[in-house]
Formats: sequence, C-alpha cells, structure tokens
Amino acid sequence: MAKTDALQGALDLLVLKILSRRPGLHGYAIMTAIQGMSEEVLRVEEGSLYPALHRMEEAGWIAAEWVTKENGKRARIYEVTRAGKKQLGMEEMRWEEVTAAVNRVLREA
Amino acid sequence: MGMWRRLANVFRGERVSRELDEEMEAHIAEAVAQGRDAGAARKAFGSQMRLREESRDFRLMGWLDSLRADAVFGWRQLMKTKMTSVAAILSLALGIGACTAAFRLIDALMLRPMPVRNAERLHVIAFENIGPMGKMPYDSCSYPMFRQMREDAKDQAELIGVSYVDRIDLTYGSDAQMEKEYVQFVSGWMFDAFGIRPAAGRLFSADDDTEPGAHPYAVLSHDYWTRRFGDDPMVVGKSFRIGETVYQIIGVTEGPFTGTETGTVTGIFLPMAMKNPKTLASWNNFWMRTFIQLKPGVAVGPVEERLRATFHAIQLERTKTLGRLTPQQKELFFKERMFVDSGAAGRSNLQREYRRPLEILAALVGLVLLIVCANVANLMTAQAAARAREMALRVSIGAGRWRLAQLVLVESAMRALSAAVLGAMLAAWAAPLVVGMINPPDDPARLALPGDWRVFAFIAALSLGVTVLFGAAPALRASAVKPVAALKGGDDPQMKGRLMHGLVAAQVAFCFLVLFVAGLFVTTFERLTHQPTGFSSEEILNLETLTHQPQPPELWEQIAQHLREVPGVEQVAMTTWPLMSGESWVAEIGVNGGAPSDVLSDVLAVSPGWLDEMKIPFLDGRDFRRGESYPNVAIVNQAFANEFFRGENPIGKTFETMDAKGTPARVAIVGYVKDARSRDNFRYPVRATAYVPFSSMGATGAPEARGRGTFVVRTNSTNSQATAPVLRQEVARARPEFFVSNVRTQAEIVRGRTFRERLLAVLGLFFACVALVLGGVGLYGVLHYSVIQRRREIGIRIAVGAQAARIARLVTAELFSTVALGAVAGLAAGVVAARFMQSLLFEVRATDWTMMALPWAAMLVTAAVAAIAPVWRAIRIDPVEMLRAQ
Repeated sequence: MAKTDALQGALDLLVLKILSRRPGLHGYAIMTAIQGMSEEVLRVEEGSLYPALHRMEEAGWIAAEWVTKENGKRARIYEVTRAGKKQLGMEEMRWEEVTAAVNRVLREA
Repeated sequence: MGMWRRLANVFRGERVSRELDEEMEAHIAEAVAQGRDAGAARKAFGSQMRLREESRDFRLMGWLDSLRADAVFGWRQLMKTKMTSVAAILSLALGIGACTAAFRLIDALMLRPMPVRNAERLHVIAFENIGPMGKMPYDSCSYPMFRQMREDAKDQAELIGVSYVDRIDLTYGSDAQMEKEYVQFVSGWMFDAFGIRPAAGRLFSADDDTEPGAHPYAVLSHDYWTRRFGDDPMVVGKSFRIGETVYQIIGVTEGPFTGTETGTVTGIFLPMAMKNPKTLASWNNFWMRTFIQLKPGVAVGPVEERLRATFHAIQLERTKTLGRLTPQQKELFFKERMFVDSGAAGRSNLQREYRRPLEILAALVGLVLLIVCANVANLMTAQAAARAREMALRVSIGAGRWRLAQLVLVESAMRALSAAVLGAMLAAWAAPLVVGMINPPDDPARLALPGDWRVFAFIAALSLGVTVLFGAAPALRASAVKPVAALKGGDDPQMKGRLMHGLVAAQVAFCFLVLFVAGLFVTTFERLTHQPTGFSSEEILNLETLTHQPQPPELWEQIAQHLREVPGVEQVAMTTWPLMSGESWVAEIGVNGGAPSDVLSDVLAVSPGWLDEMKIPFLDGRDFRRGESYPNVAIVNQAFANEFFRGENPIGKTFETMDAKGTPARVAIVGYVKDARSRDNFRYPVRATAYVPFSSMGATGAPEARGRGTFVVRTNSTNSQATAPVLRQEVARARPEFFVSNVRTQAEIVRGRTFRERLLAVLGLFFACVALVLGGVGLYGVLHYSVIQRRREIGIRIAVGAQAARIARLVTAELFSTVALGAVAGLAAGVVAARFMQSLLFEVRATDWTMMALPWAAMLVTAAVAAIAPVWRAIRIDPVEMLRAQ
C-alpha cells in the first residue's frame, strides 16, 4: 500500500464517506458533493477524482454500474461495497489519529 | 473486478477506452447542465489522453497488456532473424525432445505407478546374496517360502505371489495352430487386492488358488482380449491348451493392467496353484516374486522386520535339506539378506538391467540440452548486443529495466515454447523407437508410454528451466544497458566477451563429456562383439522344439534324419537348447572321490556330430557314438580341465556328479575340446563345461523320453532364415506330435547378448555427433561475432602490415585456450562419471589414454573447422574499405 499516502487517503476517505451516505452518485455528483459539504473549501480535480474512483473500483471498495437517467443519458454511478465499508472504517480511524496527532503537535510546539 | 474481466480487458482495450470516454462526456454534460462553461469543464480534465491512460492502467492488467505487446514484438523479432531463429528452435527442440523421450522411458519403466488400487502401499520382497562375484541382487523365492511369509505377515499385510512372465506356446485348436503368449501365474486374491474388476466374465478369487491343479481357469488381460479377440465377449467359456493342461477362460480384466512385470505385457493370467505341483512343493525352486500390500495404517518397517525373521528361519531350515554344504558356503548362505523395496512401479528384470543405462542416457541428453542452451544464449547475447541501441533508446524514453528484461524473456519463452511443441513430437516418435531397441524383435519389450499430465508437466517445467537458462543472461544484459554509452556506440566489449567465452568453455566441457562417455560405450560394444565365442554361428539355425508328450530319443533322431534330407540342409544335430540362449544346467563336480567342488560346471546335452557342426575343435579324444548315453560319458572343455584337472589332459579320467534325479554317477571323459561359450554373458570368462550325450538313461536302464530339444541345422544358404518356414513344416510333417516353438539363427542369439550395449553405443554415438555439431556451431558463432566486433582493430593491424598467420592467431588464440580449458574440465568430469558406469563397461578404463585422446582430437578438429570461415573473413578484411566505412 505504498501509494496510499496522506492526501490520497483523504480523497478516498471523502469519496467513501459520501458514497456510504448517499449511494448511487455519479462522478460529477461526488465532486459537487465534496465541494458543497466543505463549503467550497475542498475542490477535487476531475483529473484526480476519476483515477481515484477507478482505483478504488479496482481494489473492490466501490462498485460501478451504468444507468440511464430520466433525460435518456447514460451515467456511471458508484456505491460502496462491503469491503469498502470496512476500508472506510479504517480510513476514518486513521484520519482521526492523524488529525489528533497534528493537533497535538500544533498545540504543544 | 474479477480476474476474468481484467484478462478480457486486455484484449478489449478499445471498448474500455470507449467507456472511459463516455463517462467523461457524461461528466461534462452534467457540468454544463449545472451552468458551467463547457470549455472550462473540458479543460478541468487536463489532457484527456493522460487521464485515460492513468485510469486505464488500473482497469487493465498493465503487465499483461505489455506482455501482449512484447509477444507481438518478439514475433516480429524472430521473423526478422528467421534463419538463426529456426536453427535455435530446432536445436532446442532436439534437446527438449531427447530429454522428454528419456524422461518418458524412465517414467514408464521405473516411476509410473501400476494401474492398481493404492499402488503406493505396494512393496516387493527382494534379496541379496554374496557370491564369488560380489553382491548379487535377486527377487525370487519358492512357493513354500512365499506361503510361510504370507502366513507370518497376515496381520499387517497381504502377500501376493506372481510368477515371472513367460512366453508360452498354447493353442485354441490343434497342435498346428500353436501360438505364443505372455503368461503369468498369480495369486487368486491378486485381482481383489489390486481393485481390478472384470470387463467380461469373472476374475479369480482366493478359492481358485487353493488346491494344486484343481482350477484350470484363465483370465485374459484387456490388452490381449482386444489384440487377439477384438473385444469379443463370447471368449468367456472358450478354452486353450498349454502342454497337457486345458484351461478355460473365465473372464477378462478391465483397465490397463497388464501384469506386474513392467516392460512385458501379460496376456493370460493363471492361478498360482496351476503351476507344476513339483515346483509348488519345492523349497529350492525359486520361480516367483512376492508383492506386499500393506494394510491401512501399517508402516513398512515392522513388516520388513517380521519377514526377515521368517526368512532367517527358512534359511536355517533349508541348510538341512540342501545337504552337503561347506562351512564357507553355509556362512555365505546365512549372509543372504532380505529387504523390502517399493513395488508401486511393478518389478521386472528389465528395470534392473536398464536403470543405469537409462539414467546415463538421461544425463547425456541433459548435457546436450545444456549445450543447446549455451548456444542459444550466445546467439541471443550477440543479438542483444546488436540491439543495444534499441534497448538504450527504450531506456532513454522511460522504459523500466524490468520491462526490458521482460521483452527479452518473452522472446526466449516464445522460442522455448515452439521448441517444446516440436520436442514433444520428437519424443513421441523417439521413445517407442528406443523401446523397440531394447529387446530382440521376436520378444519385444512393451512399455505403456501415455502422453498424459506427467509428460506435459515435465515438458512445461523443462521449457521454463530452459527459458531461464538461456534467456536470463541476455535479459539481464539488456536491462543493464547504459543508454549514454550504447547510444554513443561504444559499449563495453570486454564484458560481453567474457560471458560468451565462459559459455563456450562450459559448452566444450559438456561436449567433451558426452564424447568421452559415448567413446566408452562404443568401445565396450566393440570389445564385447569381438569376444570370441569359440564356435561358428554362420548359417546355423536353431529349431527349438517341444512335444506333446515326452518322446523317446529314437523319434528325435528320426526327425533329425528327416531334416537332413531337406534340400539346402547340410548338417543336423541336437541339443537341449541353443548355445548362449541364456538357459543353463549346472552340476557339482567331484574328482577322484573328493568332495564336490564349490565351482559348478555347465552341463549341455548334445548329439553326436553337434561339436563338429558348431566347429568346436577337438584337442584330444573323440565325439560321442550312437548308443552312448548320459550319465556314462562326457566331453569337457579347457576351462573344465583347468578347473578340475589342473590343466592336464583329462582324457581317460573320470569325475563324479549327481544325475538329474540326484543319484551319484561316475562319468568317463572321452573327449577334450576347445573352449566355447555356452552361457550368455560375454563379460565373464568361458565356464567349465561338460558336454553329455543327448540321450539319457533312466533309472530302469531304458532310454528316457524327452519333451524338449533343439534341432541345430546348418544350411548351405547365406540366408538361413529363408529356410526356416520349410524346416518348421518338415518337423510337423515327420511326426505330428512334435512342433517347433521357436526358430532362431545362432547369429541372432549371439547378437541378442549385446542388445543393451548396442543401445548405449548407438544412442551414445548419436548424441556425441549431435553434441559435436552443436559445439562446432557454438564455436563458430562466438568466433564470427568476435571477428565482427574487432574488425576495426584487425583492419588497422592489416593496414600496418600484419601477416595472415598473425591475424589468424590473434582471432583464434583466446578461443583455443577456452576450448582447452573446457576440455580439461570435461575430462575431469568424465573420469568421475565413469566410476558410476563401471558395471556397464567392458575391458575399457576411463583412464586409458586412447579413451581421452579421441574426444580431444574430435574437439580439436571441430574447433579448427569452426574457425575456418571466421578466420578467412578476418584475413580478407580490406583495411581501406573498413576504415572508410567506420
């Protein structure tokens, strides 16, 4: 898991969390959701989002399927798998640990 | 995503790309619908292509994709260098094919379990006696011994008795329709124990093997059923006759089981109890093998202990019945050891005789394969050097080192794969060919050689190993390329040279070893076939004849007389069995009323005129006269005189022996002849032999009838085999109760004694030639390459006035020192290796200088021939053109 550095971990965490709350979002919706919920603080580049989505699909954390929307257009929507839920738990825990650690350093330095 | 889908993606790259595009387009559409600027949305993706590649990398198995690309590229590469590729693949195919054939033979003869239930729990009893020739392994025992051992081990194991397989004359009709088939006597409970079911009728049960002679039933093997009767179910109930006994067929086995004697396909099984009652009762007649089937959960150790105790008790009992044994003989008798071997692969003499030869052949073909590998590795190294720029370019534009190594390995694997396919075909053809060379044509060895997963796994493993062997060095080299140096055109030639020369040295060593071993075998065969037999086998035809009932000697003589009148026949005499047929009768000899000797004498019954016909010259005395009979008179050979009369002329002397009934008899020596070989083994000196009259006197003083004998016919045609059918008919016409079981020329019998040595010599010679050619090609390749590498240097040297001889020396010096180094290593290995095959050699020692000189000379000539073309090319380099071109 050499690739899962802190930042990438953060993106995965956000995507998994959002998808676990609201399954069946497509890529664009995920992007806007992150943007909206973080009150425009966090912006995800398309160039990082899609590779991340595909990587997580590859890892089996999320599953994708093609659906046809009411306007007749096809969209690829994602939801969290069982393995993804487990991963989410771990990522959340690690996030807590990291932020706590960073806070400790900020407080005590 | 499942593995399958990923694999599928590799070959559906287009569709994956389309899906990615579609998803991106959907995203942009969404963005526009939400009020974003289309251009900005599109821009946000950055380079669409880059994104696609990145995404795709996760969805595809990138590695597999690159592999496919490499395979396509590798194929183009092979096509580009067609000639060398074909040469490389063919030589690899030869190497892999030969190794596979050797494996198939070894597997079929020694490793493959018999098609019976729980073969791995099957063991076989073997013995070892210490005789004058050293340790002698054997695996036969007598029927009472078997019964005793079975009784003692019955709690832990079931013992199964099987006779040696015999090729017996039998008939389904009249005497004229006699045919031969392989027959094995087996314990009634064998089929049950082996889990073999009937394909028709029923098989033996323990009840069919109780009382001697009570159950004249026969079971056919499936193989024989198909071969002889075309799977006709009506065969059950039919009967056939062997000698006097009529057997009824009660069933046919199912499956591929054809007896326990690997290398012989048994057609007919008979119950043990149908064996001759005298044989069954004798403690001293060793005619059968014993298989042990361990009960579940029983280890072999305790059973072996148990049986050893029984064997010891039996030996003790037997010393009493054997009568006069010297203390020394007794001691040796007690030193006989019993042990338990694995019986999973069956048990046959063929295994014992051919284990070593096949192992040695396997080692030889393994060496040949290594030579091939060295050749191909050199070839590929040279090619890799030629491609150094391509590799450097790939590295410069960002290809990983591993990716480069993979590229070269894929090419190697493609070569190995094509070679493996060709090799498998070669092996499928060669393995049966070698089996055909094992035994004489009238009694061929038959081995099941199925091409199943064992063979497939072997070829796969071998190809993989070979790929690594010849592909690893060039692959590592390719991956270690230094782009800057290579693109400048100034690679480090020194290092490449070292690798190639190392390979050449190894190749020469292997080649030398193969030549050396082949030389030993050829010389052994040569020496054996030139061993004097002491008799003339030219135009001699042996008619091995059986009679329905034993017939009186006059009738035998009557037929001999009849045969003398057949056109083309010059002489006819009679004996029990042909000389050197492998059969023997031995007797203890006592001289001057002394104790019988330790050394036994061969005894052979012959009619008057036989010695003359076989051209065995008399030293003194006379031939037998008509009316003389055994055991009154004898003619002895030189070895006999040396052994029992200290080399004195034995004419007029007598010796004491026991006749066939065990009654002591005094025999007068009337003739003294030169040594002639009566037994089969060329490796031992001619034995002491006493010839006795063909007709023998019974207890009542009347001539005894005999049921078996051989008419020895000398014909006046060089093709004596042509008269065989005529003679066969004439015997039956003269007396219908006589029939000829077998007709063999004497030359054929003598030749048959060196079959194994011939096989080794022929195959050894073949692989020596192959090794030499491959070695030569390898030397040529390396030399050729080095001339091309150094052409600039050579051109300059020629320009400044170097002589042709000097250039030649310059080019070849390093190579010849490498060859010398390899040869020394090969010789050392050869001398060590020869120790392991001493038992197969005859009158030849590994340390003979001629044995070493021959491969040396062959190697040297090959190297010289290989050097001619490259040296010529080096000398012909035109300095002006050369320097201008560079």
